[in-house]
Amino acid sequence: MSAPPSAATAPVTIRLQREDFDVAREIAALTAGRSDIGAVVSFVGLCRKGEGAEAITAMTLEHYPGMAEAEIRRHVDEALVRWPLTAVTVIHRHGRLVPGDNIVLVLTASAHRQAAFHGAEFLMDYLKANAPFWKSEERAEGARWVEAHARDDEALTRWRS
Amino acid sequence: MKVLYFAWVRERIGKAEEIVEPPPSVRTVGELMRWLRSRGEEYERAFERPVVRAAIDQVHVKPEAVIAGAREIAFFPPMTGG
Repeated sequence: MSAPPSAATAPVTIRLQREDFDVAREIAALTAGRSDIGAVVSFVGLCRKGEGAEAITAMTLEHYPGMAEAEIRRHVDEALVRWPLTAVTVIHRHGRLVPGDNIVLVLTASAHRQAAFHGAEFLMDYLKANAPFWKSEERAEGARWVEAHARDDEALTRWRS
Repeated sequence: MKVLYFAWVRERIGKAEEIVEPPPSVRTVGELMRWLRSRGEEYERAFERPVVRAAIDQVHVKPEAVIAGAREIAFFPPMTGG
Protein backbone atom coordinates (compact mmCIF):
# COMPACT_ATOMS: atom_id res chain seq x y z
CA MET A 1 0.00 0.00 0.00
CA SER A 2 1.43 3.38 -0.92
CA ALA A 3 1.39 6.25 1.54
CA PRO A 4 -1.17 8.99 0.95
CA PRO A 5 0.19 12.38 -0.20
CA SER A 6 -0.18 13.98 3.23
CA ALA A 7 2.08 11.30 4.68
CA ALA A 8 5.01 12.35 2.52
CA THR A 9 6.15 15.16 4.77
CA ALA A 10 5.51 13.57 8.14
CA PRO A 11 8.41 11.45 9.41
CA VAL A 12 7.22 8.06 10.66
CA THR A 13 9.26 5.76 12.88
CA ILE A 14 8.01 2.22 13.47
CA ARG A 15 10.08 -0.25 15.45
CA LEU A 16 9.40 -3.74 16.78
CA GLN A 17 12.02 -4.74 19.27
CA ARG A 18 12.85 -6.85 22.29
CA GLU A 19 14.72 -3.99 23.95
CA ASP A 20 13.16 -1.35 26.16
CA PHE A 21 12.65 2.20 24.90
CA ASP A 22 13.33 5.57 26.50
CA VAL A 23 10.30 7.86 26.17
CA ALA A 24 12.27 11.10 26.65
CA ARG A 25 14.83 10.08 24.06
CA GLU A 26 12.13 9.17 21.56
CA ILE A 27 10.35 12.50 22.06
CA ALA A 28 13.66 14.34 21.66
CA ALA A 29 14.34 12.45 18.41
CA LEU A 30 10.84 13.24 17.16
CA THR A 31 11.13 16.99 17.78
CA ALA A 32 14.83 17.52 16.96
CA GLY A 33 15.32 20.36 14.48
CA ARG A 34 11.59 21.00 14.22
CA SER A 35 9.94 24.36 14.82
CA ASP A 36 6.50 23.41 13.45
CA ILE A 37 5.50 21.07 16.28
CA GLY A 38 3.28 22.59 18.93
CA ALA A 39 2.14 19.40 20.66
CA VAL A 40 3.43 15.91 21.30
CA VAL A 41 1.13 13.31 22.85
CA SER A 42 2.74 10.16 24.24
CA PHE A 43 0.99 6.94 25.17
CA VAL A 44 2.95 4.26 27.00
CA GLY A 45 1.41 0.84 27.63
CA LEU A 46 2.96 -1.09 30.51
CA CYS A 47 2.88 -4.67 31.74
CA ARG A 48 0.56 -4.86 34.80
CA LYS A 49 0.93 -7.39 37.58
CA GLY A 50 -2.79 -7.99 38.02
CA GLU A 51 -4.38 -8.69 41.41
CA GLY A 52 -4.70 -11.62 43.82
CA ALA A 53 -5.10 -14.97 42.09
CA GLU A 54 -4.94 -13.13 38.77
CA ALA A 55 -1.45 -11.78 39.46
CA ILE A 56 1.03 -12.47 36.71
CA THR A 57 4.76 -13.01 37.05
CA ALA A 58 5.57 -12.27 33.39
CA MET A 59 4.07 -12.09 29.93
CA THR A 60 5.42 -13.08 26.54
CA LEU A 61 4.43 -11.14 23.44
CA GLU A 62 4.45 -13.07 20.19
CA HIS A 63 4.12 -11.23 16.88
CA TYR A 64 3.92 -11.89 13.16
CA PRO A 65 7.11 -10.34 11.74
CA GLY A 66 6.46 -8.39 8.56
CA MET A 67 2.69 -8.23 8.98
CA ALA A 68 3.00 -6.42 12.32
CA GLU A 69 5.07 -3.62 10.78
CA ALA A 70 2.76 -3.44 7.76
CA GLU A 71 -0.39 -3.22 9.91
CA ILE A 72 1.09 -0.47 12.06
CA ARG A 73 2.19 1.44 8.95
CA ARG A 74 -1.29 1.10 7.43
CA HIS A 75 -2.89 2.59 10.54
CA VAL A 76 -0.31 5.37 10.81
CA ASP A 77 -1.01 6.28 7.18
CA GLU A 78 -4.73 6.41 7.94
CA ALA A 79 -4.10 8.64 10.98
CA LEU A 80 -2.02 10.97 8.79
CA VAL A 81 -4.95 11.32 6.41
CA ARG A 82 -7.47 11.95 9.18
CA TRP A 83 -5.50 14.49 11.23
CA PRO A 84 -2.76 17.04 10.45
CA LEU A 85 -0.04 15.08 12.25
CA THR A 86 3.53 16.20 11.63
CA ALA A 87 5.42 13.18 13.04
CA VAL A 88 4.53 9.73 14.42
CA THR A 89 6.55 7.14 16.34
CA VAL A 90 5.26 3.67 17.21
CA ILE A 91 7.45 1.21 19.13
CA HIS A 92 6.06 -2.20 20.14
CA ARG A 93 8.11 -4.67 22.16
CA HIS A 94 7.99 -8.44 21.84
CA GLY A 95 9.44 -11.30 23.86
CA ARG A 96 9.21 -11.84 27.62
CA LEU A 97 8.29 -8.86 29.81
CA VAL A 98 7.72 -8.56 33.56
CA PRO A 99 5.29 -6.29 35.45
CA GLY A 100 6.44 -2.69 35.28
CA ASP A 101 8.07 -3.13 31.86
CA ASN A 102 7.11 -0.93 28.93
CA ILE A 103 5.16 -2.69 26.15
CA VAL A 104 4.21 -0.07 23.59
CA LEU A 105 4.89 3.59 22.81
CA VAL A 106 2.86 5.85 20.54
CA LEU A 107 4.01 9.42 19.91
CA THR A 108 1.97 11.79 17.79
CA ALA A 109 3.07 15.33 16.98
CA SER A 110 1.06 18.16 15.51
CA ALA A 111 0.92 21.95 15.37
CA HIS A 112 -1.95 21.83 17.88
CA ARG A 113 -2.90 19.40 20.61
CA GLN A 114 -6.27 18.13 19.40
CA ALA A 115 -4.91 16.29 16.37
CA ALA A 116 -2.14 14.79 18.47
CA PHE A 117 -4.59 13.52 21.14
CA HIS A 118 -6.97 12.06 18.57
CA GLY A 119 -4.21 10.50 16.50
CA ALA A 120 -2.65 8.74 19.49
CA GLU A 121 -6.00 7.39 20.70
CA PHE A 122 -6.99 6.22 17.22
CA LEU A 123 -3.66 4.43 16.76
CA MET A 124 -3.89 2.59 20.08
CA ASP A 125 -7.50 1.52 19.46
CA TYR A 126 -6.60 0.16 16.04
CA LEU A 127 -3.34 -1.46 17.06
CA LYS A 128 -5.00 -3.36 19.90
CA ALA A 129 -7.66 -4.80 17.61
CA ASN A 130 -5.71 -5.35 14.37
CA ALA A 131 -1.94 -5.55 14.86
CA PRO A 132 -0.82 -9.20 14.97
CA PHE A 133 0.48 -9.50 18.53
CA TRP A 134 -0.54 -12.08 21.12
CA LYS A 135 0.09 -12.09 24.87
CA SER A 136 0.74 -15.17 26.95
CA GLU A 137 0.62 -14.50 30.70
CA GLU A 138 2.59 -16.50 33.27
CA ARG A 139 0.83 -17.14 36.56
CA ALA A 140 1.51 -19.40 39.54
CA GLU A 141 -0.62 -22.13 37.91
CA GLY A 142 1.02 -21.84 34.50
CA ALA A 143 0.96 -19.85 31.26
CA ARG A 144 -2.27 -18.76 29.60
CA TRP A 145 -3.00 -16.89 26.36
CA VAL A 146 -4.86 -13.63 26.88
CA GLU A 147 -8.36 -13.64 25.33
CA ALA A 148 -9.26 -10.74 23.07
CA HIS A 149 -11.77 -8.34 24.60
CA ALA A 150 -14.98 -7.39 22.81
CA ARG A 151 -14.38 -3.90 24.21
CA ASP A 152 -11.28 -3.59 22.01
CA ASP A 153 -13.43 -4.09 18.91
CA GLU A 154 -16.11 -1.79 20.34
CA ALA A 155 -13.47 0.91 20.81
CA LEU A 156 -13.14 1.09 17.02
CA THR A 157 -16.78 1.97 16.37
CA ARG A 158 -16.41 5.57 17.49
CA TRP A 159 -13.87 6.22 14.70
CA ARG A 160 -16.21 4.96 11.98
CA SER A 161 -18.68 7.85 11.92
CA MET B 1 1.71 -23.15 -0.19
CA LYS B 2 3.26 -21.92 3.03
CA VAL B 3 1.03 -21.87 6.10
CA LEU B 4 1.97 -20.10 9.34
CA TYR B 5 0.46 -20.53 12.80
CA PHE B 6 0.66 -18.18 15.77
CA ALA B 7 -0.03 -18.20 19.53
CA TRP B 8 -2.35 -21.00 20.71
CA VAL B 9 -3.05 -22.12 17.13
CA ARG B 10 0.72 -22.75 16.80
CA GLU B 11 0.89 -24.50 20.18
CA ARG B 12 -2.02 -26.82 19.47
CA ILE B 13 -0.71 -27.84 16.05
CA GLY B 14 2.81 -28.15 17.39
CA LYS B 15 4.60 -26.23 14.65
CA ALA B 16 5.01 -22.62 13.55
CA GLU B 17 4.87 -23.24 9.80
CA GLU B 18 4.65 -25.89 7.14
CA ILE B 19 4.22 -26.36 3.41
CA VAL B 20 0.86 -27.89 2.47
CA GLU B 21 -0.67 -28.98 -0.83
CA PRO B 22 -4.45 -28.97 -0.52
CA PRO B 23 -6.49 -30.52 -3.33
CA PRO B 24 -7.81 -28.17 -6.07
CA SER B 25 -11.30 -28.36 -4.55
CA VAL B 26 -10.01 -26.24 -1.65
CA ARG B 27 -10.56 -22.72 -2.99
CA THR B 28 -11.14 -20.41 -0.01
CA VAL B 29 -9.61 -19.72 3.39
CA GLY B 30 -12.64 -21.31 5.07
CA GLU B 31 -12.26 -24.44 2.93
CA LEU B 32 -8.56 -24.56 3.74
CA MET B 33 -9.39 -24.46 7.46
CA ARG B 34 -11.85 -27.33 7.04
CA TRP B 35 -9.27 -29.31 5.06
CA LEU B 36 -6.60 -28.69 7.70
CA ARG B 37 -9.00 -29.92 10.40
CA SER B 38 -9.22 -33.24 8.58
CA ARG B 39 -5.47 -33.76 8.92
CA GLY B 40 -5.44 -34.87 12.55
CA GLU B 41 -6.48 -34.34 16.11
CA GLU B 42 -4.00 -31.49 16.71
CA TYR B 43 -5.49 -29.55 13.77
CA GLU B 44 -9.00 -30.35 14.92
CA ARG B 45 -8.16 -28.85 18.32
CA ALA B 46 -6.47 -25.80 16.81
CA PHE B 47 -9.49 -24.94 14.66
CA GLU B 48 -12.31 -26.16 16.93
CA ARG B 49 -13.13 -22.63 18.11
CA PRO B 50 -14.68 -20.42 15.41
CA VAL B 51 -12.55 -17.44 16.45
CA VAL B 52 -9.41 -18.32 14.45
CA ARG B 53 -8.53 -15.52 12.04
CA ALA B 54 -6.55 -15.57 8.81
CA ALA B 55 -4.23 -13.44 6.72
CA ILE B 56 -3.20 -13.94 3.10
CA ASP B 57 0.23 -12.51 2.30
CA GLN B 58 0.11 -10.56 5.58
CA VAL B 59 -3.29 -8.92 5.03
CA HIS B 60 -6.34 -9.80 7.16
CA VAL B 61 -8.95 -11.73 5.17
CA LYS B 62 -12.37 -13.28 5.71
CA PRO B 63 -13.12 -17.01 5.31
CA GLU B 64 -14.60 -16.34 1.84
CA ALA B 65 -11.25 -15.05 0.53
CA VAL B 66 -9.89 -17.06 -2.41
CA ILE B 67 -6.49 -18.63 -1.76
CA ALA B 68 -5.38 -18.95 -5.41
CA GLY B 69 -2.03 -17.19 -5.89
CA ALA B 70 -1.34 -16.84 -2.16
CA ARG B 71 2.30 -17.18 -1.13
CA GLU B 72 1.70 -17.25 2.61
CA ILE B 73 -1.44 -17.95 4.62
CA ALA B 74 -1.42 -17.40 8.38
CA PHE B 75 -3.87 -18.56 11.05
CA PHE B 76 -4.02 -16.99 14.50
CA PRO B 77 -6.28 -16.11 17.45
CA PRO B 78 -7.82 -12.63 17.80
CA MET B 79 -5.03 -10.14 18.47
CA THR B 80 -4.14 -9.01 22.00
CA GLY B 81 -1.29 -6.54 21.54
CA GLY B 82 -0.92 -3.00 22.79
